[in-house]
Amino acid sequence: MSDQTTLQTVLTVAAALVGVGLFGALSQQSIVMVMMGLELVVNGVMLGAGAAWFFLTPDLPDAQMLVVIALVVMAVEMAMGFAATIAIYRARQVDMVDMATDLHG
Amino acid sequence: MNDTLLSDPAVIAVVVLGAVSVGSGIAVFVVDSMARATFALLVSFLAIAGVLLALDLVYLAVVTALMMTIEMAIMAVFMIMFMMNPAGLMPMTMVHNGRGSAAVGFVAFVALTVGIWTTDWPSRRGQPPADTTRQLGEAIMGSHMLVMLVVGIGLFATILSGTILATGRGRYDRFGADLRATRPDDPTPGGLPR
Amino acid sequence: MWGLWTAVGLVVAAGLGLGLVFAAADRVALTGAGPKALVEPVRSALRSLLEQRRTTLAPDRLLWRTACAAVPVLALLSMAVVPVGDRTLLSTSADLVWFNAMEALLWAAVWLIGWGPNAVHSLVGGYRFLAQGVAYELPLMFAIITAGLGAGSLRTTDVVAAQSDLWFVVTMPVAFVVFLGSAAAFAFWGPFAAPAGADIAGGVLSELSGVERLLVEAGRVVLLGASAAMAAALFLGGGSGPWLPDPVWQLLKTLLVTAVLVGVGRRLPVLRPDRAVELAWMVLVPATLLQALVVALLVLAGAYG
Repeated sequence: MSDQTTLQTVLTVAAALVGVGLFGALSQQSIVMVMMGLELVVNGVMLGAGAAWFFLTPDLPDAQMLVVIALVVMAVEMAMGFAATIAIYRARQVDMVDMATDLHG
Repeated sequence: MNDTLLSDPAVIAVVVLGAVSVGSGIAVFVVDSMARATFALLVSFLAIAGVLLALDLVYLAVVTALMMTIEMAIMAVFMIMFMMNPAGLMPMTMVHNGRGSAAVGFVAFVALTVGIWTTDWPSRRGQPPADTTRQLGEAIMGSHMLVMLVVGIGLFATILSGTILATGRGRYDRFGADLRATRPDDPTPGGLPR
Repeated sequence: MWGLWTAVGLVVAAGLGLGLVFAAADRVALTGAGPKALVEPVRSALRSLLEQRRTTLAPDRLLWRTACAAVPVLALLSMAVVPVGDRTLLSTSADLVWFNAMEALLWAAVWLIGWGPNAVHSLVGGYRFLAQGVAYELPLMFAIITAGLGAGSLRTTDVVAAQSDLWFVVTMPVAFVVFLGSAAAFAFWGPFAAPAGADIAGGVLSELSGVERLLVEAGRVVLLGASAAMAAALFLGGGSGPWLPDPVWQLLKTLLVTAVLVGVGRRLPVLRPDRAVELAWMVLVPATLLQALVVALLVLAGAYG
C-alpha cells in the first residue's frame, strides 16, 4: 500500500470508531453506557491524530499534543460523568437519561 | 518509490488492530453483560494503543493503555453499581431511538470517509525525531507549556467539582451541626489516628 | 546477536526463576523450612496441574479464563523492560511507563478473576483489590517517575547508567520503599493480602483451581520477583559493583531485595483495606510528591551529573 492509502485506511478506522461511538452515545439509555459511546468517539480522535503525526508532520509535536489532550478530555469526561451520575442517583434514584428529563421544566 | 513509511508487516498489524478496535467497539453495545461491555471497550483502546505503538508513538501508546485500563477498571465498578442486570444473565435492551442513532452514526461515518478518500493528502513533511517521547516532553515543557498549564488547571477543577458532586456528606455530617466535634463521624474508620 | 526468540526465552526463564526464588523465600519465611523450600513450589505447581478443576454456577468463562492467563503474561511483560547487563528485551523510550502500564492491566485482570466465577467472596476480593489499586497507583507512579526524573530519561538502561556515581536509593529512599510496597500491593501479598484474605475465604483466589490457580499464583510470584529485580535496577545501581561481573552483582542485589521484601513483608500484619487506602492517599501521596520535589531540586543543583 502506498503511504497515502495507508493513511486513508487508518483514518477510515478512526471514522468508524467515531460513527460507532456516536451511535452508542445517542442510543443508550444508561448514563454509563452513553459515556462509553463518547469514549469511543475520543478513541477515534486519538487514532486520527496519531496517524496524522506519523504520516504528515512527524517533525512537529502538535499532533502528539492533540493525543494528550484527547486523553485528558477522556479523563475529565469520565470523572465528571460519574460524579454527575452519582449526584443524580443520590438525589432522585435515577440512572437513565430518559428519566433524568422526566420532571424538567 | 518503493519505500513506504510503514513496513508491510506493520501495515498488516495496523489494519488488523484497527479492525479489532472497531469490532470490539461495536461489541460494547451488543453484549448483554456489563463487565463484557466494559472490557470490550478496553480491548478497543488497547488495539488503538497497539496502532500508536506501530506508528512509533511509544509513550502515547503506553500511556493510553495505562490510563484506559485504570479507567475501565473503575468504569466496571460504576457499571455494576448502576446497571440493572450487570452480568447479562437476563438479556434486555436499554436503548432509545435506535434507528435514528444508527442513522446518525452511519451518516457521520460516511461523511468522514468520503472526506478522507477524496482529500489529496500532502506527503510527509520532515523526519520523525530519534526519540518521540523526548519530542513530546520538550513540547509540553517548552513551546506548548500553556496547553499543559490549562490542562492542569482543568484537571484540578475536575477533581474538586467531581468530589463535590459525588460526595453525599458535608462537614456538618462529619463534625456535627455546630462543627464542634473533635473527631469526624465517618462511616468507615480509615487507618490514620484522628 | 540476540535472536528475538532467544531473548523472549531468556526473559521468561529469568522471570520464572525469580518467581521460584521468591516463592521459596516466602515459604522459608512462613514455615521455616530448609533447602526443601526450593522444591516445594514446584511440587505444588505439579500438583495443581493434576488437580480436578472446580467450577461455579453460571460463571463468565471467557473473562475468567482470559484474566487468569493474563496475570502471568503481564508479569512476564513487565519483566521485559528490566535491564539485565545494560540491555533489555524491549527497549522503548518509555520503559518506566510500560512497567507501570503492566501493573495497571493487572488490576483489570485481578478484578476479572474476582468477577468471573459469579461467587460472592471472590467478587468482594476483586473489589478490595480495586480499591487498594486505585489508592496505591499514584504513589507508585510518583515513585517510578522519581527514578526517571533523576536519570532524565524513561529508559531503564539510562536509569541504571545514571547511577554510576551514586545509587538512587541514597537520595530517593521514600520512592524505593514505596516501589517495593507497590510490588506487594499489586501482587496482593504480605501486608496487602486483604483481597485474598482468610476473612473472605481466600477472596479472589477462592474459586480458582487447577491450571488457573497455578497461572495466577505463578503470576503473583513472578511479578514480585520482577519487581525485586526492577528495584535493584532502578534504585540500587543495577549491575554496578566492584570485582564481580555486572550480571552477578545484579543477581546478588535482586536476591538481597527479595530477602528483605519477604523478611519485612511477612512480619507485618495484613492491613485492612480501608486502612491501607487511607494510608496510601493521606500519607504516601504527599510523601512521594515531596520526594519528587526533593529530587527535582537536586537535579537542578546538578547532583546527578
